[in-house]
Amino acid sequence: MRTLVTAVYLFLYAPIALVVLFSFNSGRSASEFVGFSTQWYGKALSNTFLMEALQTSVIVAFTSAALAAIFGTMAAIGLERVGGRTRAVFDGLFAAAIVVPGVVIGIATLVALVQVFSFLNPALAALWPSETPPKLGLGYGSIIAAHGLFTMALVTMIVKARIASLGRDIVEASNDLYATPLTTFHQIVLPQIRPSILAGFLLAFTFSFDDFIIAFFVAGSNTTLPIYIFASIRRGVTPEINAVATMVLIASLIMILIARFLMREKKTAN
Amino acid sequence: MALAAATKRKMVTAALIGPAALWLFVFLVLPFIAILVFSVGERAPAGGYQPAFTFEQFANLGARASAFVNTLTLAPIGAVACLLIAYPLAYYLAVKVDPRHRLLLVSLVVVPFWTSMLVRTYAWMYLLGARGIPHVLELLGIENVRLLNTPGAVLLGIVYGYLPLMILPIFVSLEKLDRRLLEASADLGAKPISTFFGITLPLSLPGVMTGVALVTILLLGEYLIPQLLGGGKVFFIGNALVDLFLQSRNWPFGSAIAVTLVFVVVIVLLVAMRIAWRFAGTRQVDLV
Repeated sequence: MRTLVTAVYLFLYAPIALVVLFSFNSGRSASEFVGFSTQWYGKALSNTFLMEALQTSVIVAFTSAALAAIFGTMAAIGLERVGGRTRAVFDGLFAAAIVVPGVVIGIATLVALVQVFSFLNPALAALWPSETPPKLGLGYGSIIAAHGLFTMALVTMIVKARIASLGRDIVEASNDLYATPLTTFHQIVLPQIRPSILAGFLLAFTFSFDDFIIAFFVAGSNTTLPIYIFASIRRGVTPEINAVATMVLIASLIMILIARFLMREKKTAN
Repeated sequence: MALAAATKRKMVTAALIGPAALWLFVFLVLPFIAILVFSVGERAPAGGYQPAFTFEQFANLGARASAFVNTLTLAPIGAVACLLIAYPLAYYLAVKVDPRHRLLLVSLVVVPFWTSMLVRTYAWMYLLGARGIPHVLELLGIENVRLLNTPGAVLLGIVYGYLPLMILPIFVSLEKLDRRLLEASADLGAKPISTFFGITLPLSLPGVMTGVALVTILLLGEYLIPQLLGGGKVFFIGNALVDLFLQSRNWPFGSAIAVTLVFVVVIVLLVAMRIAWRFAGTRQVDLV
């Protein structure tokens, strides 16, 4: 049994470890370690296309995660205040947002947005006072919106689970002591759900930062980091990709470890 | 006064739910309606869409039958392969391991799931590629081994990518198991093996079902693994969709396939939920 368990952990970690190891290889080989070098990191960091893709990914991930954290939390709180039927409809829609494959979300968003733009752009052009009306198109906005759908559902579920485990007595006590609803929220509810909101934000950021397939359809002419990595993989495997992959792994590792730490705090607080 | 308070309460609720509701409508409901409309349309001569009302696209689904066959066979096979590896590990983590190490070991299983699937798939592309394991084998005298771009490579990538997601729900259901039942079974003279098959396994079935359903559903929409490890030879529905939308620009046919894929996902989900409810009440699965 022990050997089997060890084998599974090896299976999970050895491939990643090899990618990391060979990112420090001074040669180009994927099987012979010639010598230690950080040249591929230097090469990656001075690659302007790569850095632009990284910047796009960070902006998109941060914005969509922030929107998801704010609107998702608001929805989780709001759904506590509505009747069973409304709640069931929203639960169903949020579940659909999570279950529908990313490839379908990407396609459907692309199809819908292209239709909306082809309708709105002529209208804008007709109404715009000057000669050069703004032209709506695919880009940051569409990636943020499409990622926001999944991540908002994720945040809502995490925060809802936390709210469900909260004691109602303390909220009632606060109301009985003449605290306004806003004060009660600020001093009683928010401190208790804050870790799960933060965890939701970090998971949302990680999801958006790592997503390839949705962005592939709705990014327009923009390139996110996963799209850039995908394109370079198709051109051939190089140690530079290993270096980028290592940096991506470390970034998401930090995020997920903080998120786990925050979620754990929630559990011990119970 | 009371009426005003009730109105105010409703307005606050609407303001809280409003943004998420708008998002769900504009970026989930509306796009789904759009592909439904497209799926009964026709391909314009230059590619793209031309309004029509025809079920031609759905009648033509057979043209991409191999993508459906590959997906509908490799997804369940992949899920079962994950299960066979995941169950012993989940059992070990929930029952056998020293509780002081449990959290760390469970974290080590969960963490890879939240790291980039692209990078993890790339790792295998790297290892199975000509300069990886085949090169090592060549040095050992075994030549002309082809590992990449085979169904086996795709299956390996699937197991690697989705194993964490299978382990977790099984672990949760085994951890919740009432230990007194196992003691009672032993006290009544049952052998460990009959305790396992009589008590442990049946009580962990909801976790098994959740895991199999989760992994199967996610695999139905998989694109990256067959693309990178199957090299275009092992084609999934996801690959067909990318091809139809971004290369051949046959949007109506692609929409029909996308609608069919959602339909298949819903059916798998309903079947899984039905079976899960039969076994026990719903259990919460912590994905983090």
